[in-house]
Amino acid sequence: MTRIKHKNLVAYGLVAPYWIHFSIFMAYPLIFSLILVFHKWDVYTPMQFVGLRNFVRLFQDDLFLQSLLNTLLFLLIHIPLQIVAALLFSVLLNEKIRARGFFRAAYFMPVVISGVVISLLWQQLYSQENGVLNLLLAHIGLPKIPWLISPEWAMPSIAIMATWKNVGLYIVLFLAGLQTIPSYLYEAADIDGASVWQKFRSITLPMLNPTVLLVMILSTIGGFSLFIEPYMLTGGGPMNRTLSAMLYIYKQAFYFNRMGYAATLGFFFALLILSVVLVQRKIIEQEPE
Amino acid sequence: MAKKAALYAVLLAGTVVFIYPFVWMVFATLKPEMEIPTFGLWPSRFTLQHYEQVFAKIPIGRAFVNSIVVAGAITASVLLFSSMVGYALSRLRFPGKNLMFMLILFTMMIPFQLTLIPLYVLMVKLHWTDTYLALIVPGMMSGFGILLFRQFFQTIPQALLDAARVDGLSDLQILFRVIWPLSRPVLITVGILTFMNSWNEVLWPLIVVRKSELMTMPQIVTIFAVGGMAEAQLGIKLAAATLLAVPIVLAYSFFQRYFIESMATSGLKG
Repeated sequence: MTRIKHKNLVAYGLVAPYWIHFSIFMAYPLIFSLILVFHKWDVYTPMQFVGLRNFVRLFQDDLFLQSLLNTLLFLLIHIPLQIVAALLFSVLLNEKIRARGFFRAAYFMPVVISGVVISLLWQQLYSQENGVLNLLLAHIGLPKIPWLISPEWAMPSIAIMATWKNVGLYIVLFLAGLQTIPSYLYEAADIDGASVWQKFRSITLPMLNPTVLLVMILSTIGGFSLFIEPYMLTGGGPMNRTLSAMLYIYKQAFYFNRMGYAATLGFFFALLILSVVLVQRKIIEQEPE
Repeated sequence: MAKKAALYAVLLAGTVVFIYPFVWMVFATLKPEMEIPTFGLWPSRFTLQHYEQVFAKIPIGRAFVNSIVVAGAITASVLLFSSMVGYALSRLRFPGKNLMFMLILFTMMIPFQLTLIPLYVLMVKLHWTDTYLALIVPGMMSGFGILLFRQFFQTIPQALLDAARVDGLSDLQILFRVIWPLSRPVLITVGILTFMNSWNEVLWPLIVVRKSELMTMPQIVTIFAVGGMAEAQLGIKLAAATLLAVPIVLAYSFFQRYFIESMATSGLKG
């Protein structure tokens, strides 16, 4: 009896640091956010109870709506681009080739490098007059593109950059998925005289379905956190067209010291993320595979 | 044969697309300012003036040390505590174990946007803003680390642990003397992931640190580039960016396989 009790004590001792940390830095902020959303607070003066006013304001806040739409636009460009590029390179890498490791490592390089570095580099590449990309376009006789300065191009430009940064990770995930496809499927298709495209359409793509959905979830979560890229490249402009939801929350909290309102925005935004991800998960679970 | 050639051509083109910008960036930092907006690499003369200016204008050496301290402390803590919890959840039996595991899984699903502002408020109340504590302590635990350790520890044969217990080893001794030496892959995976994530983290430092002597490397480079101190000079900005990239690129070139595998695991399990 005492031995069992002693064993339990050891186990609780091992997990105790985690749960202490959990209650202070996870549970407490969670509970405190429920208080904060009903208050107005600038950090310096005492909190002021405002009832539901933060929520009323949120639903009338055109700029927040705009930031959500911007984030959505980012996802709508980023995710398909990401999946197509990752599929292309992973299928090529899955062929019998030399130096697969080298190519994989090269494509993966931007994944490990800080978004700050990537943003500074692309700020130059995207620059209107002297940017390398526009120099290249001019060189081959095409008109320059106003990458970051036109309201229409700014968010797509950031989405292209983010795709370039992250695609290496998804190439690796797709490659792992491709290697689980049994080769007899392709052999059978070869006997039937299927073309490369037919094999891709009716074997590769369906078998990769779980990976495609996984990639969608991961890039959705990543896209909802979009912050440092617009913060560095555009500050949210031009005309608030690259103001991501995260950047807007940051500005409300730390430019205007509206802690209560920022917490309300964060609360609402987190619920939105959670429901999108849960819906995506449901779709995965419904897949027969 | 022609098909193979086309295949390699596309793969090489991809390599250029992903690698050339970095090579270009490094060369750009060594060019005179006027020669940076060109596609080519080689300048008329090499210069270190951009780096000299970065070191003269911001305490980037200090920021490097801060980043090492912060990322190092977080990584050590995550390895230590996550493996302790992972051990308890995989090799010990105690009331409430399954509930704990479910709660950890559930916690991992909570978007950080929900707790970001309240967590900052907590830092203010604790008077931790502008201290190392704010940078390190909130990141000291990782549910994901626990998940990976738990899964790996389940594969270790029970006979080994029984033998250790017969020899009179305590649970802590079993964990650190018997299990850890057998767990290099998972230690490396969790270590690399944690270190890289905290090295590259920039939103949290921007929120809790305003004093330049406490800033981490990505943070100080961000402030430097956005805050106007770089005076729109490309060479200086890119030099700062290069200095920020170098440590991770060096680590990547040595442990590239581990980096890729770690991140792929985090994707597959996340």
